[in-house]
Amino acid sequence: MSGTKNVIEVRDLNVYYGKFQALRSINLDIQANRITALIGPSGCGKSTFLRALNRMNDLIEGCRTEGQVLFEGKNIYDPETDLLELRRRVGMVFQRPNPFPLSVAENITYGLRVHGITDREYLEEKLYRSLQAVNLWDELKDRLYENALKLTGEQQQRLCIARLLAVEPEVVLMDEPCSALDPVATARIEDLMYELKKDYTIVIVTHNMQQAARVSDYTGYFLLGDLVEFGETHQIFTSPRDKRTEDYITGRFG
Amino acid sequence: MTRYFDDELLELNKKILEMSAEVETTIANSIKALRELSREKAEAVIKDDDRIDQIDLEIEEKCLSLIALYQPAATDLRFIVMSMKIATDLERIADLAVDIAQRVLEMADKPLLKPLIDIPKLATLAQGMVRDAINSFVNKDTELARSVILRDNEADELRNLVQSELINDYMSKDPSTAPRAVALLLVARHLERICDHATNIAEDVIYMVEAMQVRHHPETLK
Repeated sequence: MSGTKNVIEVRDLNVYYGKFQALRSINLDIQANRITALIGPSGCGKSTFLRALNRMNDLIEGCRTEGQVLFEGKNIYDPETDLLELRRRVGMVFQRPNPFPLSVAENITYGLRVHGITDREYLEEKLYRSLQAVNLWDELKDRLYENALKLTGEQQQRLCIARLLAVEPEVVLMDEPCSALDPVATARIEDLMYELKKDYTIVIVTHNMQQAARVSDYTGYFLLGDLVEFGETHQIFTSPRDKRTEDYITGRFG
Repeated sequence: MTRYFDDELLELNKKILEMSAEVETTIANSIKALRELSREKAEAVIKDDDRIDQIDLEIEEKCLSLIALYQPAATDLRFIVMSMKIATDLERIADLAVDIAQRVLEMADKPLLKPLIDIPKLATLAQGMVRDAINSFVNKDTELARSVILRDNEADELRNLVQSELINDYMSKDPSTAPRAVALLLVARHLERICDHATNIAEDVIYMVEAMQVRHHPETLK
């Protein structure tokens, strides 16, 4: 696979929760327009790592971060970083769909309004484009003013992705986006990810190894706070270099 | 952690070993039939092939179901896919033993064109290469596998020697020798092909164990 440019470069990243060190000296490059999957047992630092990429860990009490996360070459841990702007450009989708208890349309335009946009025509255009991008427009065009909580789990998760796309991020972080979905819905979200990577860079944490194998271009294996191995997905799944990766993906451990 | 899956892999391994043993026997028999120009032994080789074809099918079926049911990765995946390829090579080797047996049947009633010198050498080489290729699989011994691959040139040279002798010293001098000469030439060709399949097996063993592709990259053997 030919490399693209690095959107995010992580350098010597250490994250602590109080005295507990959750990540140890992580170095990793995230390439543009690629899907990078992070796998590993529970509690090994995958989600902590994901949250470190848009400073969501700042919201956790007692959490301390060392090292650098360079986003487009600029360290996001610099004190002058605009967090609102950072999280717009590096957005996140969570495990459980979390639409606002508002209408479908309001969910999409909420972020834009927060960023001070009120132009009606622009908002409508965004509503259409964002829903279209996640293949929800045809399904929901007649239900735009219904409460989003009435949608199915899969539709809610798509809506959350659309809500994110509306504010034009560059990177989409996904923390187990399919774990609350059935296999058919999961397959459709995976297809969506494949479509989205034309325009976005995606980093996904998943417990489902087959999902990592199916959707991602690069895979990183985390164990006890270390990034044990990182490489092209096909290499990781056919010929991992580290015995610990081998044991995990073949189910001998974990 | 022990895995239920390991029992399945063990069973696959057992089938490959069973097939290997049958193939080794059938090559040995075809070579014996050749040396003795024995009709009886040649016919036995032809008959044994059905059993080998059967195991080949069983292995393929086992591999497909393991892939479908377990979605294996890494070592497991390489073992299963290489088992499938190795079974195909073993099956081809058995077919070539049958081909040799058929040549024996063609030659059996006539006096030999010439005393056999290089063909028995080639036969010994082929038998050794197959045996070592199989042992390299059993013991995951990549050094032995590499030695098999390096012997393949020798097989080609012996085949060429046999070929030029039969053409220059017999067929071009006395065309009436052609039917018997061609049979011997084909035997040399069959033996050389057996060496090629042994080489394939050895290459697959290296990939299975080291995840390193040596096929079509002879320079990596050094």
